[in-house]
Amino acid sequence: MNEATLFFQMSVQLGTPFLLATLGGILCEKAGHLNLGIEGMMMLGAFFGFQAGFLSHSPAAALLMAAAGGALGALIYAIITVTLMGNQTVTGFALTIFGTGLANFLGKAYSSQIMDSTVTAALGNHSIPGLSKIPFLGPVLFSQSLFVYLSLFLAVGLLFYYQKTRFGLAVRMVGENPGTADASGVNVTLYKYVHILLGGALCGLGGGYLSLVYVPYWQDNITAGMGWIAVALVIFSGWNPVKAIFGCYLFGVLKGMTLKFQGAALSVLGLDISLAAQVMDMLPYILTVAVLVLSAISKKGAGAGPAGVGKPYFREAR
Amino acid sequence: MEKRIAVELRHIKKHFGPVKANDNVNLKVCAGEIHAILGENGSGKSTLMNVLSGLYAPDGGEILVGGTPVCIRSPKDAILNGIGMIHQHFKLVDALCAWENIVGGMKTRALLRKKRAVAEIMALCEKYGLPLDPEKKVCRMTVGEKQTVEIVKALYRGAEILILDEPTAVLTVQETERLFEILREMKAKGRAVIIITHKLQEVMNVSDRVTVLRKGVSVDSIVTAESDPARLAELMVGRAVDISVPYVETPRERREPVLSIQNLHLAERGTGEKLSIDQLDVCSCEILGIAGVADSGQRELCESIVGLRAAEGSVLLKGAELIGLDPRAMLRQGVRIGFVPEDRLGMGLASGLNISDNAALRTYCSDKGPFLNKKAEKAQAVRLTERYHVSTSGVDQPIQSLSGGNIQKVLLGREIDQGADLFIAAYPVRGLDIGASTFIYEQLNEEKKKGVAILFIGEDLDVLLGICDRIAVLHGGELMGVVDAKTATKEQLGLLMMGQRQEETSHAAN
Amino acid sequence: MLRIERKTNSRFLLQRMLSLVAALAAAGVVVAICGYDPFVVYREMLKGSFSSVYYVQQTVQKIIPLLMMGLGVAVCFKMNFINIGAEGQFYMGATAATYVALNVSGPPAPVVMLLMFAAAFLAGGCWCLIAGYLKSKWGVSETLVTLMLNYVAIKLVSYLQYVLWKDPQSFGFPKIANYPVELQLKPVLGVHSGWIVALLLTVLIWVLLHRSKLGYELSVMGSNEQTARYAGMNTKKILLLASLLGGGICGLAGLIQAAGAERTLNDQMGGGMGYTAIAIAYMSRMEPPVILAVSFLFSILLQGGAYMQISMQIPSAAGDVIQGIILLFILGSEFFSTYRVVLTRTRKEAAK
Repeated sequence: MNEATLFFQMSVQLGTPFLLATLGGILCEKAGHLNLGIEGMMMLGAFFGFQAGFLSHSPAAALLMAAAGGALGALIYAIITVTLMGNQTVTGFALTIFGTGLANFLGKAYSSQIMDSTVTAALGNHSIPGLSKIPFLGPVLFSQSLFVYLSLFLAVGLLFYYQKTRFGLAVRMVGENPGTADASGVNVTLYKYVHILLGGALCGLGGGYLSLVYVPYWQDNITAGMGWIAVALVIFSGWNPVKAIFGCYLFGVLKGMTLKFQGAALSVLGLDISLAAQVMDMLPYILTVAVLVLSAISKKGAGAGPAGVGKPYFREAR
Repeated sequence: MEKRIAVELRHIKKHFGPVKANDNVNLKVCAGEIHAILGENGSGKSTLMNVLSGLYAPDGGEILVGGTPVCIRSPKDAILNGIGMIHQHFKLVDALCAWENIVGGMKTRALLRKKRAVAEIMALCEKYGLPLDPEKKVCRMTVGEKQTVEIVKALYRGAEILILDEPTAVLTVQETERLFEILREMKAKGRAVIIITHKLQEVMNVSDRVTVLRKGVSVDSIVTAESDPARLAELMVGRAVDISVPYVETPRERREPVLSIQNLHLAERGTGEKLSIDQLDVCSCEILGIAGVADSGQRELCESIVGLRAAEGSVLLKGAELIGLDPRAMLRQGVRIGFVPEDRLGMGLASGLNISDNAALRTYCSDKGPFLNKKAEKAQAVRLTERYHVSTSGVDQPIQSLSGGNIQKVLLGREIDQGADLFIAAYPVRGLDIGASTFIYEQLNEEKKKGVAILFIGEDLDVLLGICDRIAVLHGGELMGVVDAKTATKEQLGLLMMGQRQEETSHAAN
Repeated sequence: MLRIERKTNSRFLLQRMLSLVAALAAAGVVVAICGYDPFVVYREMLKGSFSSVYYVQQTVQKIIPLLMMGLGVAVCFKMNFINIGAEGQFYMGATAATYVALNVSGPPAPVVMLLMFAAAFLAGGCWCLIAGYLKSKWGVSETLVTLMLNYVAIKLVSYLQYVLWKDPQSFGFPKIANYPVELQLKPVLGVHSGWIVALLLTVLIWVLLHRSKLGYELSVMGSNEQTARYAGMNTKKILLLASLLGGGICGLAGLIQAAGAERTLNDQMGGGMGYTAIAIAYMSRMEPPVILAVSFLFSILLQGGAYMQISMQIPSAAGDVIQGIILLFILGSEFFSTYRVVLTRTRKEAAK
């Protein structure tokens, strides 16, 4: 395998937690809820997945608990923002503080413990017979962890769900205009809960990928702010699950470059600029701001995200 | 001929906190009839229909569909019982196409079958003679098209009982007539049609029977043909009232132009010309009415005058040019324009703040230095609430906790107390009951007597003909003509509102 | 059947107190589930915050950044500008102050100090102004921009600490040189004098929000931007001004923390306090005296959490957990101030 192939293989791996979390964010926002708690849900998923895998040695249990951890955070968020009509932005924040805190708190007992190797192996790399032999694409996309396959499948599946199924149409109505969805016979509360919880589960899986396969030992703040980037990637991808694949892998490439080129010196106009890891680390965030600005200029606010995001729905509001 | 009863409501009650929106409403609607529900603002018409369509949970009473009691807890239940509602503010998703809006939320197969759905929709449209493009996005539709989508949506779901909430409020005269044709078509096909309105003429025009609501109680149900507008008005208000609006005579010689509009044009990016007025004067001691169907440029006219929109041309207030000034610049130059915007909580008031803060909105910037004079503000607010009879527990009460009438009194009072030369009131009695409306009319007449020039934007032609001296008619942002309110007829205004210019009326009055 | 109705009146303070008590109880349950005795945890937290003069001083010291950033955020929130970049503005302020402190040596210390204040205010303010400008110009979501800029600021500080400003005298240890002694904030009553600045600011911001024209304009804008335009306010100018001011205050918080508590600049000094401050400002409904009280409460969690880690080996993250739970409870309880849940008769009963 040449260096470029290896690099892109790594980029896909780095992009995968982004992709899972971004898909989770899309699920949530399409239902009309901005969830800034992605980071917290990823942490919960990372921890509960790790704990389950570590104690039970069962990859299935680990996967399930990672999803359940994220969904637990999402449930708290849903109760406050859907049922109690609380402020979505601040609730998302509080969820991140809580989720990160709880994962770090409980995780102290597992500090620097290494994940059970059977779990890592079971969830880790599996070459797909045949497809993995394709030059370049084979190693990059088809000799990867189960999480990579799962995230790709989910991305395509979600697009199909939104465009071709009645449930997808109904949840789009909920996200755009809950009053209309309600008047059309859609159970708004149920739809919101289901999609927020599923979204949380995906974020949890994103965290689980880090603690179970990618890292794979327990460390404080294992998600290291990836959840915040995912919030922006939702916008970057224009709420489209398939476009999210490209956005997330682009950020994977960016992160890969950070790891690869850190410390290298670059000479610009006679000035030596050292490409320290910290400077490279800034890039995703600066790029995100640029993306936000560009999408705001091109769309002038109109037709951006689902119109109902951020507003609580109360049927009897007059 | 005895008809089958399609839907019956018995003793419906619905309270919002202390407000009894519905307090014992009874209603029987037969299949194959158009049934009007008539009542003044705040009589509980919309509440009742929201109960029937499952949006509001009633506090008491029962609903029978086809003779059997049903439990309607959500719009879904209503749809299952064949009840379809066309809301006054359309319930459509702008970002989706017509067919998606029509199909969305229905319990079909898990996979959407677009071709089939579109074919079914087209067949339905053909049956009722409804023009519709199923692929068109709702955000690109006109008001009339949106209403068609709503109607098709209800029919597609197999609605046997159709409810239309104030369907003509946003329609032109022709569109209204076409809508009535469609309703008659549905009636002929055996469906029950309920139309909610406060316009007497429409009741006479289209309905077979009418139920009158007053203060949340259904007072009577009568056959329309056996009634007349005067009788209906009496039932609606509860006494043989003169519902004409008080007119105040002012000496002609005191009338001189305060506001002169010349060649006023407003074009906004992407949307084309919104407003184009060649010449219009508003005089002192005069109420000039502005008539027109919704969105004919009324809002643009008001906001251009007060400097909230960048219009071109000339607007002179007592000889001083207003074009090019923003509201703050006007204030600095001593220009005093009272302005009651059409959506009082959307503009004009800050609903989260208290009465005192809202009362200070026009005067705070004349306080000395960078600080506010809180004491003076409070005293001013107290004077305001007393003078305009605002019922409140104190000036610290947030605006949003007041009733609609009291909110309007705060706004109107503040604007009047500025001591304005020109007063603009856009739909000042919208949503208010007759008592509050009368109070507002009296205040405007008081100002007129003092010599203020008043621009009154209205929707109800009877009100306009009653209170105004002259009426200007807008159509598509253009001034169609100005008529003398004492001699004009509703038919004449109607023609102008439809866009038929009548040259000979434009120089009436003055 | 349960039904939800809009309320007409509410008792804000009582309701906040109740939800606080409920939150502490719920947090206790979570702590118990995690295998610790909640009573011991709370007792230790209080012990770590108040049991000696030193601990009290530590607690008070932790109030300062929370309070200052809470005030800065409140200015932005008042006009519905959701600035969640307090953390980044804090770091930028600290960075600018550090640059001045380490590079300007000519003028007397008080002058340098003044320069540091100006630099910190401007740096923090401009960091927030970026989001304000983008919002006023193109309507870019300030929430996400301020959030992203947090990370840019933190990475910048890391870069300075590990590469550019690394102190050559620290034997390879990644550390920026300490402030010259004369530029460090002197202790007053055992706590660095930043507390005086913070208290002064509390009063100033209260006056600004409640007694000044600008504060009035912010409230009107926050409640209804159309009405603000209607009243002739220059909403764009106010947006820029207030975002500069709000960010600037967060920048000052960074200066105070660097010159008072840390005596240098490092990439750990924020420690997520900027996020806590946002929650504090929101919970306090942007009321400066309440921000002061709530900051005090949260500083107990911070100080108590830190103490517990040392005294009982309970991870300090327990403080974050309790903090998160309190926040979630208060957010949830907002519902009960606008709505009431009523038990209504079922249909059958009603029909009788």
